[in-house]
Amino acid sequence: MAEMQTAAPTGTIGSSKGKEDIILIRGMHKWYGDFHVLKNINLTVKSKERIVICGPSGSGKSTMIRCINRLEEHQQGDIYVDGIELTNDLKNIDLIRREVGMVFQHFNLFPHLTVLENCTLGPIWVRQTPKKEAEAIAMQYLERVKIPEQANKFPGQLSGGQQQRVAIARSLCMNPKIMLFDEPTSALDPEMIKEVLDTMIELADTGMTMLCVTHEMGFAKTVADRVIFMDGGEIIEQNEPNSFFDNPQHERTQLFLSQILAH
Amino acid sequence: MATTHNPDMTPGLENAYEPGEHPSWPAPSSVKGPIHWVRTNLFGSVTNTLLTLLTFYLIYKIVPPLIDWLFIDAAYTGESRKDCEAQAAGACWAFIGSRLQLFIYGFYPEPERWRVNLSAILLVVALVPVLFDQVPQRGKWLIYTACFPVIAGVLLVGGIFGLEHVATDQFGGLMLNVIIGVTGISFSLPIGICLALGRQSHLPIIRVLCVSFIEFIRGVPLITLLFVAAVMLSYFVPPGTNFDLLVRMLIMVTLFASGYMAEVIRGGLQAIPKGQYEAADAMGLKYWQAMRLIILPQALKISIPGIVNTFIALYKDTTLVIVIGRLDILGIGRSSLADSAWNGLSTEVYVFVAIFFFVSCFLMSRYSLYLEKKLHTGH
Repeated sequence: MAEMQTAAPTGTIGSSKGKEDIILIRGMHKWYGDFHVLKNINLTVKSKERIVICGPSGSGKSTMIRCINRLEEHQQGDIYVDGIELTNDLKNIDLIRREVGMVFQHFNLFPHLTVLENCTLGPIWVRQTPKKEAEAIAMQYLERVKIPEQANKFPGQLSGGQQQRVAIARSLCMNPKIMLFDEPTSALDPEMIKEVLDTMIELADTGMTMLCVTHEMGFAKTVADRVIFMDGGEIIEQNEPNSFFDNPQHERTQLFLSQILAH
Repeated sequence: MATTHNPDMTPGLENAYEPGEHPSWPAPSSVKGPIHWVRTNLFGSVTNTLLTLLTFYLIYKIVPPLIDWLFIDAAYTGESRKDCEAQAAGACWAFIGSRLQLFIYGFYPEPERWRVNLSAILLVVALVPVLFDQVPQRGKWLIYTACFPVIAGVLLVGGIFGLEHVATDQFGGLMLNVIIGVTGISFSLPIGICLALGRQSHLPIIRVLCVSFIEFIRGVPLITLLFVAAVMLSYFVPPGTNFDLLVRMLIMVTLFASGYMAEVIRGGLQAIPKGQYEAADAMGLKYWQAMRLIILPQALKISIPGIVNTFIALYKDTTLVIVIGRLDILGIGRSSLADSAWNGLSTEVYVFVAIFFFVSCFLMSRYSLYLEKKLHTGH
């Protein structure tokens, strides 16, 4: 783990840099009041890299990826996304959020809008895409997640798995460079997890940069380029999946894996 | 359960269908239909039956005499109370009829009353695109709606375009209620939304201002505010400017309703899950876009009952203008009672005024139900 972090270049965050390392987090700390929730996070993500983040609940996994698009504010350290530094500057935050799609545990679809309107809202209002064009793009993505026939229904009329696929399509409609997944299958019934994971695997095959907080270890093995294990607000260990699962170095990783793979 | 315990109870039924092949049967008549409804809702238990019978008895005792007094045994023509009593023992509607113009227009000059009628028609036209979103050319129509307050103001007050000037102290009756009510309703909603959002603001100055305003408004009776409008406001405006009393009342009534509206809408805003804000943020929507497109449509939908409640309360509060010497429909009614020819007919007057308010408020209430049904998108 340590060698991967030190390998991250420190002085080259300029424009040339953005191509290769699409996300760069250096020495990030975050507190909730007095609670030190993230401690010295260092993470570099290359373009098209697929990362799975796992760890016990309360370990700060979600908080960490939510810092990347500023749903949570960090108090110390630097975050660069696509060459843009994430600061209090609202302009930078807006620029970053355009490039970063996010899928939530509880879908967070807009219940007063149809599936199609959910998908076209971002392109129309944030990217100023003409409505017709936005709808065509939305239908294309809805077909890709295999629910074009639900386009004119409201989210409340769909199953959980369908809603999560709509949420993925909605994010993709913004044509993001990075997709963040915050426990996308944790709120789903078992028979619906597969349809969402299949959608995510297909997305990974298209070369999307993905950061995924999940407990689906099968997904991690198939898709991830790197698995990160977090505990107590720190990155404890990271490795490519085979070595991570077969040969975990840290005892906390071993304990976590033994618990999660036991059932 | 019963069949598993005692399979012999229903011989032959267990094997009628293969496992997993059982079709859905229609529900037995004991759980649906009018007879079922009557049995469960009116005669479900002994208490229920007694209450039902008591209610029927009361309806029988109250409703027929009421209809008799209101319509059948009522006098519709006549020049005085004596004429009415000579005709019938019931209500003397001739009194209301003889004063109807006064009830509607107050002291608005007779030759100019067409302007009030025209304003009323234009008001209805202006309301259509607000109330119903399926109308054609809604966008352009709404521009007209936005211009309506100016058009109505010019039309009613006059003084330009060759229209004779009518002082606002000649406004009265139903017209005054509608002017104050519609103005208060249409301006208190947007102001209330701003106050509710301001109360949630991250900027302390805005938050403190909004909270103080809301708490002040809610802590002071409307009558006090109207007195302030009538007496004190002239101290704050530059000397010499004539700040119309009606305009002051409109401002006070609107601000008063806004304070309540803000709290109703805040309730709606708090019911929106945090995830909706996060999804809007993650999408890159700006604050006002997120509010307008995501948060407010949902928050206002939840708040509809409370919003309409505030509207109805405001509408009925328009009768309070009587305390500063303006005669609305209720005031006209009270002053009409002083006429010696029609002495002692207060019941008719108050019933008439009550019916007017009931019809207006009931329509608002029904519209809100329609809106709630239309906006319901979940399961």
